[in-house]
Amino acid sequence: MSKLAAICSRELRSLLVSPIAAVCVAMFLLVTGYLFYTIVIAASVQARMMLRMQQMAPQLNINEMVLAPALRNFSVILLLIVPLLTMRSIAEEKKQKTSEQLLTSPVTVAQIVLGKYVAVLALYGVMLGLTLYMPLLLARFGPVAWWPVASGYIGLLLVGGVFLAVGLLASSLTENQMIAAVTSFSILLVLWLLGWVGASTADLQFGSFLTYLSLLEHLNNFLAGLIDTKDVAYLLGLIAVGLFLTHRVVESQRWR
Amino acid sequence: MRAACMRIDAVGRPGEGQMIDVDQLTKQYGSLTAIDGVTFRVEPGEVLAFLGPNGAGKTTTMRILTGALPATSGHARVAGFDIDESPLEVKQRIGYLPESPPLYPEMTVTEYLRYVARIKGVGRRGVRQAIDQAVERCALGQVRGRLIGNLSRGYRQRVGLAQALIHDPPVLILDEPTGGLDPKQIIEIRELIKTLAGAHTVILSTHILPEATAICQRVVIIHKGRVVAVDTPGRLAAQLRGSEQVRVALRRPTAALHAAVAALPGVLAVSPGEPARHDGAAVWVIDCERGRDVREAVAGAIVATDGGLVELSAMAMSLEEVFLQLTTDAPARVDGEPFDDPVPSGPAHLSGDAP
Repeated sequence: MSKLAAICSRELRSLLVSPIAAVCVAMFLLVTGYLFYTIVIAASVQARMMLRMQQMAPQLNINEMVLAPALRNFSVILLLIVPLLTMRSIAEEKKQKTSEQLLTSPVTVAQIVLGKYVAVLALYGVMLGLTLYMPLLLARFGPVAWWPVASGYIGLLLVGGVFLAVGLLASSLTENQMIAAVTSFSILLVLWLLGWVGASTADLQFGSFLTYLSLLEHLNNFLAGLIDTKDVAYLLGLIAVGLFLTHRVVESQRWR
Repeated sequence: MRAACMRIDAVGRPGEGQMIDVDQLTKQYGSLTAIDGVTFRVEPGEVLAFLGPNGAGKTTTMRILTGALPATSGHARVAGFDIDESPLEVKQRIGYLPESPPLYPEMTVTEYLRYVARIKGVGRRGVRQAIDQAVERCALGQVRGRLIGNLSRGYRQRVGLAQALIHDPPVLILDEPTGGLDPKQIIEIRELIKTLAGAHTVILSTHILPEATAICQRVVIIHKGRVVAVDTPGRLAAQLRGSEQVRVALRRPTAALHAAVAALPGVLAVSPGEPARHDGAAVWVIDCERGRDVREAVAGAIVATDGGLVELSAMAMSLEEVFLQLTTDAPARVDGEPFDDPVPSGPAHLSGDAP
């Protein structure tokens, strides 16, 4: 356990020291901030129109009009940014030959992979947490339902967890950071687009199957305030698969 | 399983008495055989050198011993633990310095050593002491707080050594510990390794013969993936020094002198030699009988006829020629058996690092 913590804290340290993480977090906050701003403006225009028609006033809802669309959009930005957070984690160790030290130390491959995963997950959690100013800000101007916000963030945490696991897998496959980033980005993009393909497929059963596989479909329930075990199982399952494959890849690279 | 147990019972604890026991280790990369049936043993406290040209299989053997690479076949035991069956036990007992030290440039020396101590399983309370000890042993006191990325090559190598030592492992495996260092640093690292002998079992690899002679009790010569000789450096060096040729340079060579030298007892032939000297003096290479030192007689003959002697040196076989011989003429030669036929076939030069 202490070894896992050591690997994790070293990974976090090198993430924080490198400019990549800082730039990623800054860009994420900038873009999400801008998105949030435009959504708030659009929502307020819409709200004014709805207020003119008195009977629609009860339907005004900050969660539905602002927060849910904002968080849904964040997931797409995360899809672009998370591969940059994970691209170096294993690839860089291989490039700098420090992987040799990890493989000859009395640590298991599981400890290496989990340590690295927990480190990027922690950074991701902080990055996501920094967007909490949005509901807090809105709460000053109107009633915010906190449970849907919480479940929305849990959903983003889980979806991001999948992004990170896929990114770690891509990073283990190469010693080139760029290739790692492009690989994980491509895999995530395919997982995202499955939903579109599913929606336009003539075969209804196959279509709904594809939609079920699509990553961001599983976010909808979370954003509506619903934590469905089906979604949780799907996302946790994907994380487990990603980490397991990473474990196998790292292990198998000893054999080459 | 039962058969294995019985075998172990018959010979006592596996590898007892030996710190490292390597048995018929073979590694194939596809169709390429990197090492082939490597077998040797190392006693506790011994310093053993792997000697061989680049690509001989030194690094492959070391990586298998450290668990970084699995062998295709064969067994390796460290402190009685099989590397395949209990890799963590073996790794716990090994400190490994790879060819390029595994350093994180963004960490300071102390931070890095703390990290290594923790992944090597040094207890939380022992970490500070382990770092202090490693820093002191490798003379890193001055650079403790500096970023590894800003250190010189020599200091990086020492940090690499410090990380191998940090958990005080009984076995140290050092892959070319003096590679790329300047002469002063080489001497420092050699002195450091000498102080480790006794308390630690050390395997180091090198392609520099005098290095092996200077710090090791035993040498394993490895060539094209095979062990071609295991011997003490003294005996090995004696064999290599057993000069069969003498090189002389003289300002006033004459035919009479040539005949006189050729007629000396023990001299087989006198021939013009390479490389030519820039001052124009003639160079002769004198072949002589094995084990017979003709230098004094040759010098006397040249001085007596006023030949203008400016250089006289024994020419040792180069390492490559020893390898060539060991791999072509002789089967594996173990501990003290003489070479079958160590006479070199042509003029040999050991440039630079003469023993």
